[in-house]
Amino acid sequence: MAFGIVLLFGAALLAAPICRLAGRIGVWLLAGAPALVTLGLLAELPLAADPAQALTVSYSWFPEFGVALGFRLDGLALAFGVLVTGIGALIVLYAGGYLASYTSRERGRFYSYLMLFMAAMLGVVLSDNLITLFVFWELTSVASFLLIGFKHTDPGARRAARQALVVTGAGGLALLFGCLLIMSAAADLGLSGVDIGRISALSALPLSEHPVYVPALLLVLLGAFTKSAQVPFHFWLPGAMAAPTPVSAYLHSATMVKAGVFLLARLSPALAGDLLWTVSLGTVGAVTMLTGAYLATRQRDLKRVLAYTTVSVLGILTMLIGIGTPLAIQAAVVLVVAHALYKATLFMVVGNLDHATGTRDFGRLGGLARALPITCAAALVAALSKAGLPPLVGFLGKELLYGAALDLTEAAMLAGLGLALVALVANAMLVATAFIVGVSPFTGPARPLPKSPHEAPLTMLIGPVTLAGLGLLLGLFAGRFGELFAAPAATAIAGQPMLVKLALWHGVAPTALAVMALSAATLGLGAYLYVRIRRQRGAFASADGADAPPAEPSPGVAASVFERAVDGLPAIAGKVIERVSSGSLHRDLFAILAVFVLLLSAPLAAGWAQIVAPSWDVVRIDELLLALLVMGGALAACVTSSRLGAAAALGAVGVGVALLFAIYSAPDLAITLIMVEALTVLLLVLVLAHLPPFLRHSSRRRRVSDAAIAIAVGAFMSALTLASAVIHLEPEVAAYFAQESVPAGYGRNVVNVILVDFRAFDTLGEIVVVAIAGIGVYALLDPGRGARSRGRSAQSSEPPRAGELGQTSLILQATAGLLAALLAVASLFVLLRGHNEPGGGFIAGLLIAGGCALYAIAHSPAAARKKLILAPSTIVTLGLVLVLVSASLGPLSGQPLLTAAWWGEVPLIGKVSSVLMFDIGVYLVVWGTALGMLLALAEAGWQRSRAAEDKPCS
Amino acid sequence: MFVILSLVIGSLFAAGVYLILRRSMVKLLFGLLLLGHGANLLIFTAGGLRVAAPPLVPTGLGAPHAGHADPVPQALVLTAIVIGFAVVAFAAVLVKRAYGALGSDDMAELERGGLA
Repeated sequence: MAFGIVLLFGAALLAAPICRLAGRIGVWLLAGAPALVTLGLLAELPLAADPAQALTVSYSWFPEFGVALGFRLDGLALAFGVLVTGIGALIVLYAGGYLASYTSRERGRFYSYLMLFMAAMLGVVLSDNLITLFVFWELTSVASFLLIGFKHTDPGARRAARQALVVTGAGGLALLFGCLLIMSAAADLGLSGVDIGRISALSALPLSEHPVYVPALLLVLLGAFTKSAQVPFHFWLPGAMAAPTPVSAYLHSATMVKAGVFLLARLSPALAGDLLWTVSLGTVGAVTMLTGAYLATRQRDLKRVLAYTTVSVLGILTMLIGIGTPLAIQAAVVLVVAHALYKATLFMVVGNLDHATGTRDFGRLGGLARALPITCAAALVAALSKAGLPPLVGFLGKELLYGAALDLTEAAMLAGLGLALVALVANAMLVATAFIVGVSPFTGPARPLPKSPHEAPLTMLIGPVTLAGLGLLLGLFAGRFGELFAAPAATAIAGQPMLVKLALWHGVAPTALAVMALSAATLGLGAYLYVRIRRQRGAFASADGADAPPAEPSPGVAASVFERAVDGLPAIAGKVIERVSSGSLHRDLFAILAVFVLLLSAPLAAGWAQIVAPSWDVVRIDELLLALLVMGGALAACVTSSRLGAAAALGAVGVGVALLFAIYSAPDLAITLIMVEALTVLLLVLVLAHLPPFLRHSSRRRRVSDAAIAIAVGAFMSALTLASAVIHLEPEVAAYFAQESVPAGYGRNVVNVILVDFRAFDTLGEIVVVAIAGIGVYALLDPGRGARSRGRSAQSSEPPRAGELGQTSLILQATAGLLAALLAVASLFVLLRGHNEPGGGFIAGLLIAGGCALYAIAHSPAAARKKLILAPSTIVTLGLVLVLVSASLGPLSGQPLLTAAWWGEVPLIGKVSSVLMFDIGVYLVVWGTALGMLLALAEAGWQRSRAAEDKPCS
Repeated sequence: MFVILSLVIGSLFAAGVYLILRRSMVKLLFGLLLLGHGANLLIFTAGGLRVAAPPLVPTGLGAPHAGHADPVPQALVLTAIVIGFAVVAFAAVLVKRAYGALGSDDMAELERGGLA
């Protein structure tokens, strides 16, 4: 069962390469995956009949929170699973023909989205855990977003995709909250552990008596209604017709939109029974059914006609589940199957028409039976099923629907009659639209068309013919269909055993006769509507010439309200920002700093008495000198008008701070900072060379006020430092690390052991940040660099020459190679000894980056790259891979992430372990990033032409 | 010890703040550098100051001598220094690009919509 989902996810991953390598055969391969799953599911049919025997698997995830990857194959899951994968396989084939004109790259993208969607959908129907269900549910939203927006260069498709994502995504969030509420209620009602999320365990609970029942139900319904396009969220579905037709045929017949209905059916044993459930589902369903059917008769684009009829059928299904009587549930199950079969067929028929003629305009298609005979046959059968004529499966569904309505009259007279009436009107409109799509294009006089029509290729016929044929077979063998397939599903929805007796002829009992009368009335009314619409068509067609573009469908009220809201958001956000921020960095910073000092000074002042007393201490002379150096440097950086002077002052500050670290027992920090300072100065020189000299921008008054706030902040921070000195935190953590460093970490440098072993996860995150900053520098300097760095020979249109960074001395040139080599060796030494003495991956990485940078200064960046052989980005990648591999050794042997593995002692190197591997990874990342940044900066040079290229990016 | 270091930290922050309030983007960058030093020193100092007692375990012993410096802030600051370098490099390139696009390194120019 889980294997099926994995198989489809695998197919999604492999779809692109398969399309590229296997060409046409690839489509058959891809269709094989879901077909296999269908067969596997069908093989389980005998088991699914009995809910007690349903196959169940569960993989532990967060057992404490009731979260598990739980799956269960009961009748309902099986019925939907077969629809999802069976129709999915046919759609894959169909798309093979439909997308024939696309490039293999586009086809690969399409199929990987489609298979992803299929896998997610299968996950939804098989889930037996609320959270699992939610995860797959969201995945279907994402996959359908990608599919609807497949033609992403078309703004209309993008808009439709966004609409669908926002509506269903918002619904998904509501569903998540609803699920969490249900889980908390389940915990209250006595379930524990994984069971609180297990859907099949919920039905035994009196959930409707719990106080959170109402909010939970409303939230879940919101999720289901948005997904199943119930009024007022119906508008995204017709919009989604921007997708390629195979997508519409799939998402809007068998799957995506049925997910909401499925959710209702799935949760019905747990949530149904309350009046709120019945009323909300019944009302929303009825309104949706009428709205959808009415709007369907008003469309000219055949795809939109079908989309609105889908909305209508979804309304019927919602209503039936809401009513929840045995007959209503049976009707829902049969209708789900019938609708999936005929709707997918009709969508594919419309696809074939579009493919053959170049138009989907109802007013321009006619007399095509001869040109597309097979498509026409499939269309007729499906249309008759949709119209509910015997002996097709649609007939069974419609009969049951009327049966359920009449059955309801016994319990609630008015509700039953109302239902019958609503169903009659909606069904009549469905009959009319069935003829519009399935009959009208093939009959009547032929009309001038953009393309001369021709029958579709084989792959595009298999789907419609198979599905239409199935619709016929299921109708003919109604009894077996009801017994084997519909009954288990109905049983799962109702939560109690249920027999489904389907037949085309029910005899002459009074109810059967009444149902027949309703059917006849439906057909009559439908036929009348069709004739009227067809007469209107004549008016349309004569008004437009043959070449006139099809009328733009009006988006409808709900859609335009939605669009306006979405477009309005940025404007509102802009207004808010205008209020909150002045748009001037100076003013904002000033305000923030002033508030910061004012607010926090008071508590600090309150505790001042205790602070000062113990902290007056011996002043060391070396410390004093370094302090003067740092403070003098900081002051100089503020007041100097020379940029190089400022850079030098900053260097002095850095060195001073590094030496302070050295005095206060932090040798690792001191070395790191010295290395960083060297590289920073180099970096600043490279950047400053291209920037203008300092100008005196600010007025004297502003400088004075800035200085005042700066001094206030500085004084505050000084006081804060003093305050921190008297706080004696219990140094438990530090003591633990110091004690365990040797016995547990086999390292005598506690700082390094913390970095690469105890707190390696932090380090992992930090070096990723470093690498990302490196990527950022690359991206900012030259967007086209990625392409070029592959062919290193064609690196730069004007390779930087030696001495570009200033006049290089001969002595430097002569010795730089030797120095760089020495630094490289030294860095290896520092790296290896780092676990026991000051050193380690960070310091060593900076050291070797410095060596390489030195070489680049002496010769040229290009020469340095040549000597390196590996590109800096490759070095970073290698480092990240090493780090990740060493991190994952633990989980591979069943231990937590980053658990160290120790492999033994090697002379000169010491203990070889995954920890050392991790440190080498750090070394490579730091080396590659630092060097990559410097080289990129040096190479970017200052191309005068650049200013022209870098036009304001409006 | 604390008094001197607190003054150092205070002046680093003061100078950093003053520089980030300037209109020149380069000075902004310098200010960021100084603020980074200040913050690192602050974290370091808050962990307590020890002279000549690095958190190293002497050969042959199982744990460092009593009264050793706290290794945790050191580990924190060490990575902060390296990340700080990466961030400053990124900011430097941003400044360079902004100047390339704007023809000026004046923040006020940028805010007036020079890039909009």
